[in-house]
Amino acid sequence: MLRASGLVAGYERGKRVLDGVNVDLPRGGVRGLAGPSGCGKSTLARVLALLQRPWAGTVELDGSPIRGFRHAASRRQRTAVGVVFQQPRPAVDPRMPLRRVLEEPLRASGERGVPERVAELTELTGLDGELLGRFPHEVSDGQLQRACLARAIALRPRYLICDEMTGMLDASTTAALVRVVDEQVRVEGTGVLAISHDESLLHAWAGDDVIRL
Amino acid sequence: MTRGPVEAVLESPEEGGALLDGPSRPLLSLDDMSVRFALGGRRAGETVHAVTEARLELLPGQVLALVGESGCGKSVLASALLGLLPANAWLRGSARVGGADAEEDVELLSASEQVLAGRIRGRRIGLVPQSAATHLTPVRTARAQLAEAVRELRGHEDDGDVDELAGRVGLDPAALGHYPHELSGGMAQRVVVASALVGEPPVVIADEPTTGLDRPLVDRTMDLLGELANRSRGVLLITHDLSAARRVATHVAVMYASRVVETGPADEVFDRPWHPYTVGLLNALPERGFEPIPGHPPALTELDALEREWGCAFCRRRPDTPGVAACDGTPELVSYGTRSVAAHPPC
Repeated sequence: MLRASGLVAGYERGKRVLDGVNVDLPRGGVRGLAGPSGCGKSTLARVLALLQRPWAGTVELDGSPIRGFRHAASRRQRTAVGVVFQQPRPAVDPRMPLRRVLEEPLRASGERGVPERVAELTELTGLDGELLGRFPHEVSDGQLQRACLARAIALRPRYLICDEMTGMLDASTTAALVRVVDEQVRVEGTGVLAISHDESLLHAWAGDDVIRL
Repeated sequence: MTRGPVEAVLESPEEGGALLDGPSRPLLSLDDMSVRFALGGRRAGETVHAVTEARLELLPGQVLALVGESGCGKSVLASALLGLLPANAWLRGSARVGGADAEEDVELLSASEQVLAGRIRGRRIGLVPQSAATHLTPVRTARAQLAEAVRELRGHEDDGDVDELAGRVGLDPAALGHYPHELSGGMAQRVVVASALVGEPPVVIADEPTTGLDRPLVDRTMDLLGELANRSRGVLLITHDLSAARRVATHVAVMYASRVVETGPADEVFDRPWHPYTVGLLNALPERGFEPIPGHPPALTELDALEREWGCAFCRRRPDTPGVAACDGTPELVSYGTRSVAAHPPC
């Protein structure tokens, strides 16, 4: 379980974006998170992905409290939560071909069999293998988001935060990426938080398990 | 800006009585318009087929939604009409903008930068860009930016004009004193729509105007664009969001791998699609099955070979779609009354 209790969070000198938020994310399922623009969905995503330290409250990962965020989190904790953002372009280094985008987390964690895992991820996410040598500016948003999803699941995270993952994508690519994530839930037992403002998407993806912020 | 070599078709379309009737004269007509990019560097020799033989018409009162997957060429088409493509672009065919009151047609694809800047952009064609908040200059107020557009396009400076524009898009004139970062997403969207209207252009092109907005804001933006279409104005709406298109489009054109594969009145195309790609896109909607189209759109550099072999590029990706006519192998659009479709005649 990824559990956040009494979260208070915001940005420099700003007002509280999250004020006393509690969220539980169990393994092996998809939980939806809905809410209008500006309600704090993305801030919650950043805290749960251990990318932002909350002002108050606790985050617990499988029973252990998170003490450090960002680089201060332990590698084991950091790699236990994957995240995919709405916009793929700012989420990748424009100087890296897609192959390196996928390899980066594997190499950083000292994994063996990197080329094999890259091939597997390419297959899993339906990324066009011929595009692995291309740079981000040479591929479409849809293909780049597939690469971002591949990178997020490369280390088989126990939890995956999808923050408006399909917000910029067409209907077919949206449906395809949702299938990829569902497959991770089925095979790896991943716990997924699907964040979106699109109620019909969340209903089709998470059924009735949708929390509102 | 330099423009690539152009081989434009300059003959006027068939002279017919309908052309002289004010209301039915097309505001924008594309005839076999193609856009190619010659790649350089390590991919020298390759050619990107971004738009192939597009034929479309926009009439007054229409909201024509151009829909398709990311990377199918729809935004390139919009940029080409405004002369905003990079220098390695090649344009062929014809794209004419007509106007109200028998204003002379202008051939866009061969127009000089001087003509585009002085007579077209903002005056005959207004652009509502993607991501309103980043399109506005962050260091000046909304009012200052609208006033500049009024000065440029109307030749005078008048606060009354700015207030009137704000009123037309449902923006409180008091909000105009704010800087872009102080505006909500919806307000910023209204400011860019207002600035697209300054020159009273008969054609408004909205290029993915709702990306990243939440649903209520998408709906409001769509309604606003729908209201722009009137007796003397049409809207070309470029979007990947079928639900948004459905809300306001009177007509729809579906684009796949650089070609328009189906066109027609929006309700007919959405209710009874003829082309298997349209069927696939609609079935991918969360409320209609959530079923992705298998495979990928082809690389835009390989379309020539693909069409030579398969005729219809989509059938290579998905050979059999239940409920649509078998592929006849012709990639060109064929008209059937008010609708047209490529390769898969109505059945």
